[in-house]
Amino acid sequence: MAKVIGLTGDEAVAYAIKQCNVDVVAAYPITPQTVIVEAFSEYVFNGEVDTEFVCVESEHSAMSACVGASLTGARVFTATASQGLALMHEILYIASSLRCPIVMGVVNRALSAPINIHGDHSDMMGSRDCGWIQIYAENVQEAYDWTIQAFKIAEDKEVLLPVTVNLDGFILSHSIEGIKVLEDEDVASFLPPREPVYTIDPNNPITVGALALPNYYFEFKVQQDHALRNSFKAMGKVFSEYEELSGRKYDVLHTYGMEDAEIALICLGSTAGTARYVAKRLREKGVKVGVLKPWVYRPFPEKEIVEAVKEVKALAVMDRACSFGAPYAPLGSDIASILYKSGLDIPVVNYVYGLGGRDVSPLDLEAVVNEILEVAKTGEIKEHLKFLGVR
Amino acid sequence: MSEKKPLWQTLPIAGILLEPKSSLKYKTGDWRGPFTPKINQEKCTRCLLCWIYCPDGAIERVGDGVRINLDYCKGCGICVSECPVKAITMERL
Repeated sequence: MAKVIGLTGDEAVAYAIKQCNVDVVAAYPITPQTVIVEAFSEYVFNGEVDTEFVCVESEHSAMSACVGASLTGARVFTATASQGLALMHEILYIASSLRCPIVMGVVNRALSAPINIHGDHSDMMGSRDCGWIQIYAENVQEAYDWTIQAFKIAEDKEVLLPVTVNLDGFILSHSIEGIKVLEDEDVASFLPPREPVYTIDPNNPITVGALALPNYYFEFKVQQDHALRNSFKAMGKVFSEYEELSGRKYDVLHTYGMEDAEIALICLGSTAGTARYVAKRLREKGVKVGVLKPWVYRPFPEKEIVEAVKEVKALAVMDRACSFGAPYAPLGSDIASILYKSGLDIPVVNYVYGLGGRDVSPLDLEAVVNEILEVAKTGEIKEHLKFLGVR
Repeated sequence: MSEKKPLWQTLPIAGILLEPKSSLKYKTGDWRGPFTPKINQEKCTRCLLCWIYCPDGAIERVGDGVRINLDYCKGCGICVSECPVKAITMERL
């Protein structure tokens, strides 16, 4: 029988890391991620894990230490948020281009200024092109499940890319949920020790991080892009195996009510739960609303989203981040691009919402649904990009 | 320049070089301008400061003395300015 325990999002990630036989953790504390490494450092102190815990002086150093450790063949984890992720930015690209299968918990938080510790996706969206696989969890259970699956995806020999598991700051990181956890030995059998392809080994010297000038650099970038797009294949295997083990089925995209939906909302992370609650209530009144939640944001599940939305009459794309001066916010841009590519002429309204942790209530989303129903009826979009609930 | 280069599919991942010392094949001496360092072996006291300071490792020890490997010397002139007895001079070739 599955064991159910009460954990916050941060504690659940730390619990998952304890079970994943991680060799090295190098991290620097930042709200609202602090609890992950704080809880994990207790496991280290108590001797419950044999992980090398490296206290570093900044996130830039944390990610640098992770890259070095990963290149030796170690299984590596770190966690950060907001300014911390921004400070890592430079090394994020190095981690992905040196093909280090690091897993990082990103507890999404707004970027300064003004300083704000609450949840939005500005941090991860600011680094969305860093070449990492990016996953968004909706609740604490998902944060736990994704963290374990992330290692298996990252370390697959066809992938060899780092993964971020994103969880909304405070909304998930500091909320206690009863979650089903796996037995230690089940995680151990699902996730055997990492088998690195290349390692730094004095007996077999290789050169890592060498110079590549215009005549070589481009080819390595194409390799990297190919590996990221191709990682869906490995994910499929991991999802099936994890389902067998846990009874919980994951995918690149989660859909609700899309069989007969006339309009749909697309959102990342915890807002998807609120959106489904609203959709469920409205469906009882005969309003055919669907909800899409891309679990995996990079690589972008184009095929799956296009397949799910092709019959809808209008779409609301919810973005918890602003792309200043751009035609749409990040997710809005992606959706508009794939609709254009697939020749689907579906009206899209892109809503930027919840910046700096501003709450988005069921009533807010109901208002969105009503606006989108109007767009579906008239085919007219008054504003392509809206700021939901701003004064 | 017309050397056939490998396609992206066939290169080792991440720009990793599996064969050590491959930089020896890259003759950076091509970068050198018209001036080339020359050692006056009679003035040279074998102090090895040039050998220490050369940023490219282009100064090699031969016996108890030194010589400049022009395959790798970029002609920066650091050896000239570091030599305490002015035994090295830049000369237009």
